[in-house]
Amino acid sequence: MSSVLEVEGLATSFPMERGRVAVVDGVDLCLARGETLALVGESGCGKSVTALSILRLVPKPGRIEAGRVRLGGREIQGLPVTEMRRVRGREISMIFQEPQTSLNPVVRVGAQVVEAIRLHERGSREAARARALELFERVRIPDAAERLDAYPHELSGGLKQRVVIAMALAAHPKVLVADEPTTALDVTIQAQILELLRELQRELGMAILLITHDLGVVNELADRVAVMYAGRIVEAGTRAEVLGQPRHPYTQALLRSMPALAKRGERLAEIPGTVPWPGNWPAGCRFSTRCPRVMDVCRAREPEATRLSPTHTARCFAVAQELAT
Amino acid sequence: MQAWLISNLVAGALFAGGIALGVAVRRNRLWREATGELARRRPVALGVIALFVGVALLDSVAWVGGVEAGEDVVAVLEAQSVIDRAFLGFQEKSYSAPFASAEFYGGARLAHPGRHPLGTDILGRDVLYLTLKGARVALLIGGLTSLITIPLALLFGVSAGYFGGRIDDVVFFVMSTLASMPGLLLLIALIMAMGRSTLSVCIALAVTGWVGFCRLARGETLKLRELDYVQAARALGVSEPRIILRHILPNLMHLVVVTFVLMFSGLVLSEAILSWLGIGVDGSWGQMIDRARDELSRDPIIWWNLSAAGAALFVLLLAVNFVGDAVRDILDPRTLRENL
Amino acid sequence: MLAYVIRRLLYGAVVVLGVLLFLFVLFFTVTDPDDVARRALGEKALPEVIEQWKANHGYDKPLWPWQAERATESLLYDHFRRMLSFDFGRSDADDAPIAERIRRGMGPSLSLTVPLFVLGLGVGLALSLFVAFFRETYIDRMGVFLCVLGMSVSILLYIVGGQYAIGKLLRWFPISGFDFTPELLPRFLALPLVVGLAAGFGSDVRFYRTVFLEETNRDYVRTARAKGCGEGRIMWGHVLRNAMIPILTHTVLAIPFLFTGALLLESFFGIPGLGAITVDAIQGNDFSTLRTMVYIGSLLFILGQILTDVSYSLADPRVRLG
Repeated sequence: MSSVLEVEGLATSFPMERGRVAVVDGVDLCLARGETLALVGESGCGKSVTALSILRLVPKPGRIEAGRVRLGGREIQGLPVTEMRRVRGREISMIFQEPQTSLNPVVRVGAQVVEAIRLHERGSREAARARALELFERVRIPDAAERLDAYPHELSGGLKQRVVIAMALAAHPKVLVADEPTTALDVTIQAQILELLRELQRELGMAILLITHDLGVVNELADRVAVMYAGRIVEAGTRAEVLGQPRHPYTQALLRSMPALAKRGERLAEIPGTVPWPGNWPAGCRFSTRCPRVMDVCRAREPEATRLSPTHTARCFAVAQELAT
Repeated sequence: MQAWLISNLVAGALFAGGIALGVAVRRNRLWREATGELARRRPVALGVIALFVGVALLDSVAWVGGVEAGEDVVAVLEAQSVIDRAFLGFQEKSYSAPFASAEFYGGARLAHPGRHPLGTDILGRDVLYLTLKGARVALLIGGLTSLITIPLALLFGVSAGYFGGRIDDVVFFVMSTLASMPGLLLLIALIMAMGRSTLSVCIALAVTGWVGFCRLARGETLKLRELDYVQAARALGVSEPRIILRHILPNLMHLVVVTFVLMFSGLVLSEAILSWLGIGVDGSWGQMIDRARDELSRDPIIWWNLSAAGAALFVLLLAVNFVGDAVRDILDPRTLRENL
Repeated sequence: MLAYVIRRLLYGAVVVLGVLLFLFVLFFTVTDPDDVARRALGEKALPEVIEQWKANHGYDKPLWPWQAERATESLLYDHFRRMLSFDFGRSDADDAPIAERIRRGMGPSLSLTVPLFVLGLGVGLALSLFVAFFRETYIDRMGVFLCVLGMSVSILLYIVGGQYAIGKLLRWFPISGFDFTPELLPRFLALPLVVGLAAGFGSDVRFYRTVFLEETNRDYVRTARAKGCGEGRIMWGHVLRNAMIPILTHTVLAIPFLFTGALLLESFFGIPGLGAITVDAIQGNDFSTLRTMVYIGSLLFILGQILTDVSYSLADPRVRLG
């Protein structure tokens, strides 16, 4: 399996009240060609910052502290800024959550896609416009030719997100990072966009890093899943493994708390406590304060990753213990 | 009533008001933190402003009597403030340079040689004395006028925004009319019509100044009125005045503070321009600058009048601007949210 | 769009009427014609002389329409009729026809204010783009500090200082005066222009910078970066176009300050424009001229506001005025 994107030990810090805190603290990810990896976690766990760090788009005062990111075998964290600009859009693209604000409100959408094309490819404006039209049709925008000249506010949320996807695909990137692409959309539109992403992936052989907190979306699209909590990956594996046989207590609790799985009349299972604020993490395992299987060692040290199968890992002392016995 | 009595009373009232405000701020957690943050960020600027306020207060406390009869008969009969008394009998006959021992023109010996750190003006008055007195005028123009203008603008703006309808139409029309006359022209017209006096300058400044804040208050009120908790209060049957008092006004306070500080510098600068045009307030730094206009073209030049007034104006405004910036940053709802 | 413009013009017309009413109340009730006459003729003037003066200047009618036999024989009616038909009458101070004076003064005023406006905007934008590009570096901090410094200096000090430093010390330009001939004009305008620009930079650059910085923090800029846009392209192609919208509003709001600046600059640098006329009117207690100048100022300002609204809708495609 050739990985098109490899992330090792990524750490990104932000200044907080008591000094700099690594909101992404040692994250490892691996994405193969043509596959979809879902990065799952609650709000505030650091998944968006991870995505931004991969593209080196972390806003100041954030700072990438450590880590190696290899894209198509090439190390990109150390690249000079001008080189990195060429990488962005051409080899790896990112789309964001809010289609309403992701597009420049005073520029026609066609022009914005054309810009994405001309940043990375030589050619005439007409050729770029023709390609933009082609992209619009590929992302299934109806009346594509007219829509090229529309302003963002004239389009619905779903259409805007399609434009954003078209822009991201303009230069044929190998990897698409999608940060909660459907969260801000209506449920029916969500389904359409997910369907679109799936088709595009099949057609283009593109790898997708999908950031989401919605397990339903994970189920729809993901080949592999990584679960993130408080800045670290606590469990990773194939979809069948993580969703079907979760081993980390956090993953288990997450799945249990989904309303769909609860029987009618039963009390919804909730995870006691709240997600600790970055910097206010407990000593030892960061889930220790809310974990039903907490042991003394959990409060003292951070667990290493335990390998449960060639594809399945979990970071938990309890799991490690189970495996040993 | 005598002017000096009024002045004393106003100074006293302001002082008392300041103390009351201080107490109220200390009781409210958000405001206490905000002022603490302000003191942390801009200690020097706040100190400078406090200095000017102190000087102005000293000049506002005046009383008659206690002056020896000497050359200055007027001084015996009129109310003299603390600052006046410090400089009694300190006058020369005409120009003299800072720390000079002789008059500028003619070289006659001064009555108080070497004791005028900023020199004397054309009438022989000590320039430091005139500069210190100017502080009171500046604070009067900037502070007092703002204190009158802002509540007025609040009243009209909130009423227009909250009640809408006819009230809004009228207020909006009055605002538009006043706002379509260029500020300085309107100021000039008002002062010319009302006669040149301190009072008319203050009134004119108030009339020209209230529109800006009124518009802001009205806009914010319109937004606040649609907020969920206000709608909830209305649905629960809370009376209108109570809603305005408890829900609308507190959310406008940060705008009030920022506007007050910004208005202050604008007003002082405007007054300087009015003095320049000859229709300002007596004793202001603007008037000093106006009088000193042609002194620069003399040879050798007389620079101390202009420099003293100009420097005082600059220092006060700089301090106010710095404080104003810091206040705006601290009270910005966005930064408030981040720090919660 | 046309419907909107018409609506705004109509409302503007109503506001103009409001302005005229306000001016009438201010100049005819707060001060009354007797006072004006006395100021022109002296305190001890005889009643007959005062009446004659008032008759000459059109002040001899009753104030309000209901006080007169016919509504049209009142000062209120006269005031409205004449102002609206641009029949400005004569100056209270020296009897010269006001309209003529205004006509003569427009040229010099425009030759100062237009370059001042254009240069101020252009250079101000350039400076603030520069500072915003280097945000959070020393250049930025120094820039902001200089702006606050500049804002705290009264325009009066700029005028006096500029005149002294550049006019007297360096002798680069004449201290004051005016000449319309094209070769000489720049020399006389140079100093007032420089002073006017310097006085305005502080607050303008500061404001533009804030707008630019707000825009650079928006999501669409993040998208542009993710596409691979460089910072320069982002500033120029994305941020500037969005920033123009609030900047446009601010610029038009600043037009009245062009009047202010022009007033002082003209009177101090001896430029015979509309500002100088106004300053003379103040010193001469010339109410009729003053009235007229305020009226004209308001007309121009209202027009300017309507222009902003229209250009605002052209600049921002989200605003569709109907």
